[in-house]
Amino acid sequence: MRIRLFNIDQIIENCPYGLNKEEKNKLFLQVVNEMTLHHYQNSDHYRNILNLLNYDPTQTHKLSEIPFIPVRLFKEYDLFSIKRSEIFKTMTSSGTGGNRVSKIFLDKTAAKNQIKVLSKIVTNFIGKKRLPMLIIDTPSVLKDRTLFSARGAGILGFSTFGRNHQYALDENMELDIENVQIFCEKYKNDKILLFGFTFVVWKYFHQKLLDLGIRLPLENAILFHGGGWKKLTEESVDNDSYKKALNKSCGLNRVHNYYGMVEQTGSVFIECEEGHLHTSIYSDILIRRADLSLCKVGESGLVQLISLLPKSYPGHNILTEDIGQILGEDDCSCGRKGKYFKINGRVTSAEIRGCSDTIA
Amino acid sequence: MNNQEKYNQAFMENFSIEASKLNAELEYNTIPEWDSVGHMSLIASLEEAFEIMLETDDVIDFSSYNKGKEILKKYKIEM
Repeated sequence: MRIRLFNIDQIIENCPYGLNKEEKNKLFLQVVNEMTLHHYQNSDHYRNILNLLNYDPTQTHKLSEIPFIPVRLFKEYDLFSIKRSEIFKTMTSSGTGGNRVSKIFLDKTAAKNQIKVLSKIVTNFIGKKRLPMLIIDTPSVLKDRTLFSARGAGILGFSTFGRNHQYALDENMELDIENVQIFCEKYKNDKILLFGFTFVVWKYFHQKLLDLGIRLPLENAILFHGGGWKKLTEESVDNDSYKKALNKSCGLNRVHNYYGMVEQTGSVFIECEEGHLHTSIYSDILIRRADLSLCKVGESGLVQLISLLPKSYPGHNILTEDIGQILGEDDCSCGRKGKYFKINGRVTSAEIRGCSDTIA
Repeated sequence: MNNQEKYNQAFMENFSIEASKLNAELEYNTIPEWDSVGHMSLIASLEEAFEIMLETDDVIDFSSYNKGKEILKKYKIEM
């Protein structure tokens, strides 16, 4: 007889950074094995992959030995573990440069769990009170409410933690400085929530403020930004210089980068006060060498991500196209438990192709 | 306007629906207008009408017409 599949509500009241290594390993060993079997039973494509690997999901395997699938498979196949009729929302990655986009299929429970988990993680940083929110993007990202891009999903998800939302950019991606200044004046005594994509904040907000010679009074604000550093690396801007620059142009003292995949929306990794990205009790990270053996702490390699959220599609254990390194576990000076890590960049497309050939 | 009327008005105005649709069957995502975008504007209207500020957890739990009434009780809004 099968045990009932793990439900995220079983741990939703826990502190999202409250499990130590031993407790977390115990939870993940059980749940990730269960989820692998669940997807094996419910997704034809996924079952085919596991069969090709000669993997028996009815046996319990060590966490590091459970198969992961390369993220690009979500671009090439429609992967889901529910009936077509239960698909409630399809999320897509941003898909820049003419690449094919990932498609992620959610049922109602999956959509609800994503926001519940995101909320646990973010409120650990900002508290339960919703804050006046400045969204550094254009409202037209959300124009088509059925088309759910990663960028739109990010804005919608984080909007839950805000109130009196104001968009900082107009429909042409121009800074709406007049309304931004009115907003800042109105909430000058409040903590303000800022949200935007790393590159959009830099190019359309920060640089525009420099051009205009305006310094915004955002000393009390807290910024969350994500979406990747690719374009900023090209301009030689790293995380440190990013923070310093934003402190100069608007007095920002609290800037949190976040890292996450559209395949694992909800269980994001947020940068703590010490500048480290953190796993929560909903997620884990492993780093692998080119031969897919495990890296040691501090050794740079391919990033594998595990999330307890994906039930409607087999995205619980994926190999990304990012390079990163684990910095430590349970002992970050910010006080949060779990692994902490940094992302160093992306692999080139040739390397990825080789990689997914090996696995798929 | 009493509290019940204010509550109903927020739904009708945000989702352009008739009073007859306001019942136990009305849940988040059961009509196209009540999606995540519609949800935030509904919450904003209710907060304005009742001069309250909902906590994040309550915004997420506000999953139906009836559930919303229950949540507003926490903020001393009876109807």
